[in-house]
Amino acid sequence: MPWFRRKKKEPFEEPKTVEPDINQSNNNETVPADTNSVSPEQNLKVEQPKEDVPPTATVDEDNAEKYNRGLEKSRQSFGKRLTDLFVNFNGVDDDFYDDLEETLIEADVGFETALQISEEVREEVESSRASDPKVISQLIVDKLVALYTRNGRAEDNHLVFAKEGPSVFLFVGVNGVGKTTSIGKLAARFKARGRRVLLAACDTFRAGAIEQLQEWGKRDGVDVVAGKAQSDPAAVAFEAVKKAREEGYDLVLIDTAGRLQNKVNLMKELDKIKRVIEREIPHAPQETLLVLDSTTGQNALTQAKAFLETTDVTGIILTKLDGTAKGGIVLPIRNQLHLSVKYVGLGETVEDLSPFNPEQYVNGLFKDLISNRIEG
Amino acid sequence: MAFEGLTERLQKTFNNLRRKGKVTEADLRDTMREIRLALLEADVNFQVVKKFVKTVRDQAVGTDILDGLNPAQQIVKLVNDELVKTMGSTDAPLNKSDKIPTIIMMAGLQGAGKTTTTGKLALKLKNEQHARPLLVAADVYRPAAVDQLVQVGERIDVPVYQEGTDANPVDIVRRGLAQAAENKNDYVFIDTAGRLQIDEKLMQELSDIKSLAHPDEILLVVDAMTGQNAVNTAEGFNNQLDITGVVLTKLDGDTRGGAALSIRAVTGKPIKFVGQGEKMEDLDVFHPDRMASRILGMGDMLTLIEKTQRDFDQKQAEEMNQKIRENTFDFNDFVDQLNQVQNMGPMEDIMKMIPGMANNPALQNVNMDPKDMEHMKAVVYSMTPQEREDPDILNPSRRRRIAAGAGRPVVEVNRMIKQFNQMKKMMNQVSKGNFNGLDGMLGKGVSGRLSKMAMNSMVRRNKKNKKKRMKKNKKK
Repeated sequence: MPWFRRKKKEPFEEPKTVEPDINQSNNNETVPADTNSVSPEQNLKVEQPKEDVPPTATVDEDNAEKYNRGLEKSRQSFGKRLTDLFVNFNGVDDDFYDDLEETLIEADVGFETALQISEEVREEVESSRASDPKVISQLIVDKLVALYTRNGRAEDNHLVFAKEGPSVFLFVGVNGVGKTTSIGKLAARFKARGRRVLLAACDTFRAGAIEQLQEWGKRDGVDVVAGKAQSDPAAVAFEAVKKAREEGYDLVLIDTAGRLQNKVNLMKELDKIKRVIEREIPHAPQETLLVLDSTTGQNALTQAKAFLETTDVTGIILTKLDGTAKGGIVLPIRNQLHLSVKYVGLGETVEDLSPFNPEQYVNGLFKDLISNRIEG
Repeated sequence: MAFEGLTERLQKTFNNLRRKGKVTEADLRDTMREIRLALLEADVNFQVVKKFVKTVRDQAVGTDILDGLNPAQQIVKLVNDELVKTMGSTDAPLNKSDKIPTIIMMAGLQGAGKTTTTGKLALKLKNEQHARPLLVAADVYRPAAVDQLVQVGERIDVPVYQEGTDANPVDIVRRGLAQAAENKNDYVFIDTAGRLQIDEKLMQELSDIKSLAHPDEILLVVDAMTGQNAVNTAEGFNNQLDITGVVLTKLDGDTRGGAALSIRAVTGKPIKFVGQGEKMEDLDVFHPDRMASRILGMGDMLTLIEKTQRDFDQKQAEEMNQKIRENTFDFNDFVDQLNQVQNMGPMEDIMKMIPGMANNPALQNVNMDPKDMEHMKAVVYSMTPQEREDPDILNPSRRRRIAAGAGRPVVEVNRMIKQFNQMKKMMNQVSKGNFNGLDGMLGKGVSGRLSKMAMNSMVRRNKKNKKKRMKKNKKK
């Protein structure tokens, strides 16, 4: 709650407008997505909060801003669709719930979860006898936030570190989701906090993968352990973990080759890497992070299941959220597998990897509706 | 798994229909709902699904399907036909320039597989047309992207033009083209950096490269696992670049690949290739019909249904029976069958293709080791030709020798021979048209009948291969 209340201050004097306008007034970039909002948008630009916020900005505020920026596209399309849904809204009937289902499905939330939400909304609408579109839109947002926080605080987004000795984080995922990039960004983040970071290039398979991680090492100014291309990745992991223990590194980030979850032999290889690490340092890896591409559809759930089975994934990094994809699949993943997102990739630069905050995520995604709710 | 094949879904709907004995308008609504959900689960974009279902519905009404004897089959076929039609029923070969070089530009989101696809396609052209491609490394943004292309080039022995990461991509392309002209390369691949379709600056860069190079082919590389967002990506790139084709990557995963349908529906551009494997050779031409089956989650069943329908011919059937009565299912057929199965894709998917297995709850979520089949094949390859044709002579001594030859334990050889004998018995029975005792396995009702048809078709295919093999042996 505090988060959007703070954001609310600036557009306070605005006349009541339709949602997309408010949304744009909070963004420093002007994107002509909504045609009927051209003039208010220009008016509002004058009182944009951007200018005065950064100097006094807290980290939290910064993050909120990033979510705003990163999710802007996602929000626009999804929010707009929901708005469309309510514009065409005349009475609650079966078609309405069908449409609601489809709208959620389009955010990649998935069929089952969409059905579940739609059912819960139906129950609530019927028991409350709500017919006002605004009230119903509130119900939807409530449901989404509830869905995400339902499983308690135990599954929060904090990374677990070893009490003493080096912590080891293992990065897994299918091909091309952004494992190496995420490692590069995370390494910079932890180095800035004074940790001695070591990277391990265990993707010995893909062409140029080792060089890619080495390049990140150079940029971040952290050491990289690398073997020869096509060599045994478990051997590289072993080298890295041993080096970390002997030379007193705080954190080892292990990059692995992308693999599709249905390749049994490649999944076994991952298991081997994990065993090797565990043998060297008991209780390691402290975190096994599954990197997910937010553009992925329903297959992401299968991915999460498969990787959870072989490598005991402890958390998710959701990448490429700065595009038009919504990454809605994280809802059913958390709901069914109790895996929570720990970090999100919101852009191309090193700083664009932020700790995941479910409230900010859901709020950011449905900001239009929430602003609408407060005013209405 | 959340997915179940459309057949299974429709099965439930139609089981209800069968009990009622009458099909109503409301039932058709349910059927359409099932189809819609099946497509949505396969990640087909929701707008596309809506349009698609409407088309199918109109057709279903138009063709008097309600009076049909076998509605499930008819509707599945209708859906499949429409899917194939939407995805393009003809092959879409690579555009070729009249004079060399043919310029191919790759574009797509980050991590879609552009560089890998570039390598695969270059190798394919090299192998099939003895082409002399040049790869141009125009991704100066992602760390080590140039190194990646250089290494890919080394692996497939194709030259790469690169200027490191300090030059402007447009300039790199200009000089790369100059070098291609000098060296008389007949294909030039431009590997661009991954970018978001909403990134105006980088999209402008692509436009600049396009207007400089005038590519004959602009291929949009898309991850087959993409969800609803596939439409946004495809539209964004298509509007800016007017792409000429699509490459679908990572199809060797277990995704349904509904993105294929979405992209085709919104851009109208053909899907030309599919990437399905880690090796550089793993690039195939796109087959709309196979993709349709995959999206519907019903494996090869449809092909089998169609084949059965088309091939059915009394005379031919008699001939076939005649031959099968001779009881000639031997180890050669066994290996042939294994090969056929292996060519189809990952094991779990194939299990579902085997008639009747899709409905078998015990087989859901099975993970089969791909090596198992290789082991079986190794055992057969360790047999003498005589043993392969006459399995009855396999005494313990021979079995021990075979086990040693294949490097597998004797128990495994024994088990395999046992399996083989069961299979032989079954094939024999099926070939005589006797499905007694098999009914349970194949499922009841419509699916059972479909399965039988499929089974017959499989037997026929085996037969054909066997004939070919015999002819070949005779020549020797």
